[in-house]
Amino acid sequence: MSWPSTVKMAECGASGSGSGGDSLDKSITLPPDEIFRNLENAKRFAIDIGGSLTKLAYYSTVQHKVARVRSFDHSDKDTEQDHEPPYEISVQEEVTARLHFVKFENTYIEACLDFIKDHLVNTETKVIQATGGGAYKFKDLIEEKLQLKVDKEDVMTCLIKGCNFVLKNIPHEAFVYQKGSNPEFRFQTNHPSVFPYLLVSIGSGVSIVKVETEDRFEWIGGSSIGGGTFWGLGALLTKTKKFDELLHLASRGQHTNVDMLVQDIYGGAHQTLGLSGNLIASSFGKSATADTEFSKEDMAKSLLHMISNDIGQLACLYARLHCLDRVYFGGFFIRGHPVTMRTITYSINFFSKGEVQALFLRHEGYLGAIGAFLKGAEQDNPNQYSWEENYAGSSGLMSSSPELCPTQRPRSGTFDLLEMDRLERPLVNLPLLLDPSSYVPDTVDLTDDALARKYWLTCFEEALDGVVKRAVASQPGSVDAAERAEKFRQKYWSKLQALRHQPFAYGTLTVRSLLDTREHCLNEFNFPDPYSKVKQKDNGVALKCFRRVIHSLDALGWEERQLALVKGLLAGNVFDWGAKAVSDVLESDPQFGFEEAKRKLQERPWLVDSYSKWLQRLKGPPHKCALIFADNSGVDVILGVFPFVRELLSRGTEVILACNSGPALNDVTYSESLIVAERIAAMDPVIRSALREGRLLLMQTGSSSPCLDLSRLDKGLAVLVRERGADLVVIEGMGRAVHTNYHAALRCESLKLAVIKNSWLAERLGGRLFSVIFKYEVPAE
Amino acid sequence: MLKLGGGGGGGGQDWACSVAGTGLGGEEAAFEVARLGDPGKAGCRGPGRGRAGIPDSAPGVGMLQAGAGGPARGGQGVEEVGAPAGGGEERPARHPSAPALRLLNRKPQGGSGEIKTPENDLQRGRLSRAPRAAPPAPGMGDHEGQPERSASRAPGTPAGAAAVNGVLHNGFHPPPIQPPRLCSRSLPGGGGDAAPPRLPLQPELQPQPPPPQHDSPAKKCRLRRRMDSGRKNRPPFPWFGMDIGGTLVKLVYFEPKDITAEEEQEEVENLKSIRKYLTSNTAYGKTGIRDVHLELKNLTMCGRKGNLHFIRFPSCAMHRFIQMGSEKNFSSLHTTLCATGGGAFKFEEDFRTIADLQLHKLDELDCLIQGLLYVDSVGFNGKPECYYFENPTNPELCQKRPYCLDNPYPMLLVNMGSGVSILAVYSKDNYKRVTGTSLGGGTFLGLCCLLTGCETFEEALEMAAKGDSTNVDKLVKDIYGGDYERFGLQGSAVASSFGNMMSKEKRDSISKEDLARATLVTITNNIGSIARMCALNENIDRVVFVGNFLRINMVSMKLLAYAMDFWSKGQLKALFLEHEGYFGAVGALLELFKMTDDQ
Repeated sequence: MSWPSTVKMAECGASGSGSGGDSLDKSITLPPDEIFRNLENAKRFAIDIGGSLTKLAYYSTVQHKVARVRSFDHSDKDTEQDHEPPYEISVQEEVTARLHFVKFENTYIEACLDFIKDHLVNTETKVIQATGGGAYKFKDLIEEKLQLKVDKEDVMTCLIKGCNFVLKNIPHEAFVYQKGSNPEFRFQTNHPSVFPYLLVSIGSGVSIVKVETEDRFEWIGGSSIGGGTFWGLGALLTKTKKFDELLHLASRGQHTNVDMLVQDIYGGAHQTLGLSGNLIASSFGKSATADTEFSKEDMAKSLLHMISNDIGQLACLYARLHCLDRVYFGGFFIRGHPVTMRTITYSINFFSKGEVQALFLRHEGYLGAIGAFLKGAEQDNPNQYSWEENYAGSSGLMSSSPELCPTQRPRSGTFDLLEMDRLERPLVNLPLLLDPSSYVPDTVDLTDDALARKYWLTCFEEALDGVVKRAVASQPGSVDAAERAEKFRQKYWSKLQALRHQPFAYGTLTVRSLLDTREHCLNEFNFPDPYSKVKQKDNGVALKCFRRVIHSLDALGWEERQLALVKGLLAGNVFDWGAKAVSDVLESDPQFGFEEAKRKLQERPWLVDSYSKWLQRLKGPPHKCALIFADNSGVDVILGVFPFVRELLSRGTEVILACNSGPALNDVTYSESLIVAERIAAMDPVIRSALREGRLLLMQTGSSSPCLDLSRLDKGLAVLVRERGADLVVIEGMGRAVHTNYHAALRCESLKLAVIKNSWLAERLGGRLFSVIFKYEVPAE
Repeated sequence: MLKLGGGGGGGGQDWACSVAGTGLGGEEAAFEVARLGDPGKAGCRGPGRGRAGIPDSAPGVGMLQAGAGGPARGGQGVEEVGAPAGGGEERPARHPSAPALRLLNRKPQGGSGEIKTPENDLQRGRLSRAPRAAPPAPGMGDHEGQPERSASRAPGTPAGAAAVNGVLHNGFHPPPIQPPRLCSRSLPGGGGDAAPPRLPLQPELQPQPPPPQHDSPAKKCRLRRRMDSGRKNRPPFPWFGMDIGGTLVKLVYFEPKDITAEEEQEEVENLKSIRKYLTSNTAYGKTGIRDVHLELKNLTMCGRKGNLHFIRFPSCAMHRFIQMGSEKNFSSLHTTLCATGGGAFKFEEDFRTIADLQLHKLDELDCLIQGLLYVDSVGFNGKPECYYFENPTNPELCQKRPYCLDNPYPMLLVNMGSGVSILAVYSKDNYKRVTGTSLGGGTFLGLCCLLTGCETFEEALEMAAKGDSTNVDKLVKDIYGGDYERFGLQGSAVASSFGNMMSKEKRDSISKEDLARATLVTITNNIGSIARMCALNENIDRVVFVGNFLRINMVSMKLLAYAMDFWSKGQLKALFLEHEGYFGAVGALLELFKMTDDQ
């Protein structure tokens, strides 16, 4: 990174120190190496200039290190006697694509353009896509500063392209907002089909657009009473000039002083019409007959209600006319303002009698910029890829909202960021999900469950030192490893602190999102695979034991063998560096062996124990094809999973073994699984022939998470699952089978196994540390 | 400016006094007349006087009561009502007076020394009511009609005299005629029953059972009718229908023009003064207005021929109105006050406690629809009631044209008062409230008052007529430089109401007239937009706009006509009615006849 350590906005043309909270302060207070990142390689710019905020989008490539594994040539060696590691690890540079979005106040625009110009070194870009009302105004400035030709894009087209993009690519993008309830933000599971939906964009005016497909949308109506009316009328009535200040006034006012309520006319509720007495009969109705002076706060509140109710009513009328129940609200009127989200939600509930939910979007402010960018990048086919929000590089919802974080600087002083990584492969639903639209991967919603949230945040905080140590250790040759590790620590620590206060920042907070955020942060500081060496060693040790384990299994009778195989799976699962209880043991006792692990296991009956049912099932006809999601490297995959796979293969069941595409903790990656399988095949004829004959298939999941989201799986895997007619899904490990998917309903038989390596969680589930989950489920006929 | 109010009534005094003062000139004289029990004025009421004189007690209570009648804010004070002139929606004076004090000062002027107290009112009410008219036969339910207080509070009433009084108070008896068009069910042999009983039974002979706690207005009405003649299927005069809205009270009054000399003679003074006062003035006090141009002439209602008058005054004068009702002893007339609108509920208690009047409360939407259908069916003095605008999208050619609403169903009825209610009407008594919006006439006036400092609806409209909303609103072309072709939006369309007011320079450069116009256009277009969506959702293509927001408001009517036509590509038609805001009141009046009819 070539960023100067402290860049003040002064460098970009504006003046001011980094402190203070007033809106005149024009200094950038975020660490400068976090704004306009990766500008050197940037290409394809897009800019969305709104009434007060500018959103800049650019596409860049990120070069970061990845650990690659490569098999040695073992053809003439006997691995059993080999003290060499089973494969070699090399750290390579990898280039991935990333989308950067930066949102800042229009007042910074010139300074920002200068900054970009100075840092834009080797770009071939000649054009910048521009959208938004301010695109006209700043056209000349942009062309002059950046030497790029401004290409104007239609505002609404951009907005909708952006909306489609986030709805497809960002889980938990949409949420309903309920002030006062806990949690206030309720994130929605992405519907497998994004369309059709209604987008109500509340800018100066209101546009209501029906979106039917990626390219087909229609402006079905609008209203001139919108954010501009609130702002304009509000400024006239209260002499308050700023939109945010008007909202602030409104949040303190009493509209009943200004509005004529039903009870003012009726003296109470209107029973015959079923209207509550508190309903507004006539907005501003009292100001026509009263001779009192009204307070600014009261008028602002009345105005806010009037406009929100009106918009909500129209939105409901349009939704009804077009038979749509998904209505997303956006525009500067909404943007991150709990006050307006609240009034709009109220209005929608009232007018639709609860039939329509007001939905808001986490990245609503970026839609125009995203859309403009996508328009300009059409030749790169961005829509053919799957994208993932990078938690490390994104600010999160409300990060700069003064309403929710009064202690933070006002938004005027902050920059808001969104980064999205392009995934190598497109992601789709697992075809075996019973109901993709209601599938929620995560078992516990930490936004909802304050106790659990507190526990897990603390848990991740406490584990941070160990992760930092592990990260440094994984790169012994690196001079700056310690420095980067420290940066990682700070970054992840600050994310955890932010999540304590704003658990909704990145959608529903879950153990999975905490784990993923950690992975993103590690990657950010070039620790692509801190466990590579550990995994290498573990795999080597386990491979040496493989034959012995197979021998002893083969010596058992059928029924005993089935139990031993399952115990093996479970014991292997104890080897989990992600679990603090285990990593402590592994750290202090590296010789912790397979047999000891077995002894640690709970005796049957297990905490959740449907083993008998499973055994019964095994006595029946073999499954056609089993899809197995593997967990850890080493003992787990080699001595637990492979013997189990071998048994299934012997029964005539085909096996798809799915491993992570990228590294996460000590989870076995796809490339590692290839080497491991190759090594096992060399030792075992069953595996060898199955691999050769295509009865055992190694696939990648598309994920780099210790957890498993069955709605975002590698498309190739999904296709194969369908082709092979998989009728058994085996999910192994705490991350995949307990933190996620514990309640996942599948259309076929499933086996979820895990050892609870966390005493808090074990207790929650009614067991103790190392309790066993063995959940065999058969879908209802 | 339409400053209409100032010179009306009894010469600048407030309406309440004026009613009584009609034909008598001065305020004080009015009060003398008002004193129903005054032996000097109406000897026949002499016995009543005795009662009236009794409660000289607790003048302080009376003061308090009078004071309480006018809420702290608003225009209920005696002075307030009278202060500003103008149409119906004007705001009251900005300087509240002390109503209690004013009353105190006045009372002694009346000369009788009677202090009006609630107690007093009750006594009067009992007096005038109990022995009202002789029932056809004792025990025929007459006594049920007596207010509960009569028995409990004044068992020793000298009822005999009051009985005489009662006859007089009943007003005159209508001549036998064919059942009116609205009263379709005639009583058997009703037409044949001739002369009303001239000599009521002596009240002393009547048993006085303890009356029930609360009589329904309908029952009272029936009783009264029986007392009237024992055969009439029409209520006693005066005939009022009232719609007490959030901003305006709408009152319709039927003035019988077929009064016979005999009737005239028998018409009680009080009733006559009401009739004379209402019909000979066009303004009452400073805020009451009679919309002379709307008067329906030679109308036959409930078998009587006469004129229907349309009167309005601000709802904030309601307490003054009730006070007047009390002072004029309106309850003695025994008319049923049919009232609709929210105020019928809100002021019910005040009507009862202050004026001893039991309101017959009616559903406002029922009244609206029945009133509308009725007025449309009788026509507007030979002209059609309903009209539309031809060529609404072409300002040059846009013209008002009559519309035949003979087959009105289904229609979307948009009632624009302080707020807006939207109804889908499928038949005379099959309708539903589709929705409503709080952005209505009250919002227009309220915002105008705040933005421009104007005080009345007329003032606001006059300003709006001169203004240019495009200075205030942000148009599509202000954003896109022209039409927004992607969505087929014209450059001249409003993109953001008041959107230009986000900029300080623009805020500093616009006029009050521009602001008034923008407010009017914003509110009107919004109602149009919601109405259009409702019409689409309900699959109705006729949209009838009524309500006082449209009064003298051609700008809004044309805008609505334009909006319906333009956005529906000619599929929707905006219809308007001449008596915009009065249908609720007419509907209430019709209920008065129905009650009679139902017996």
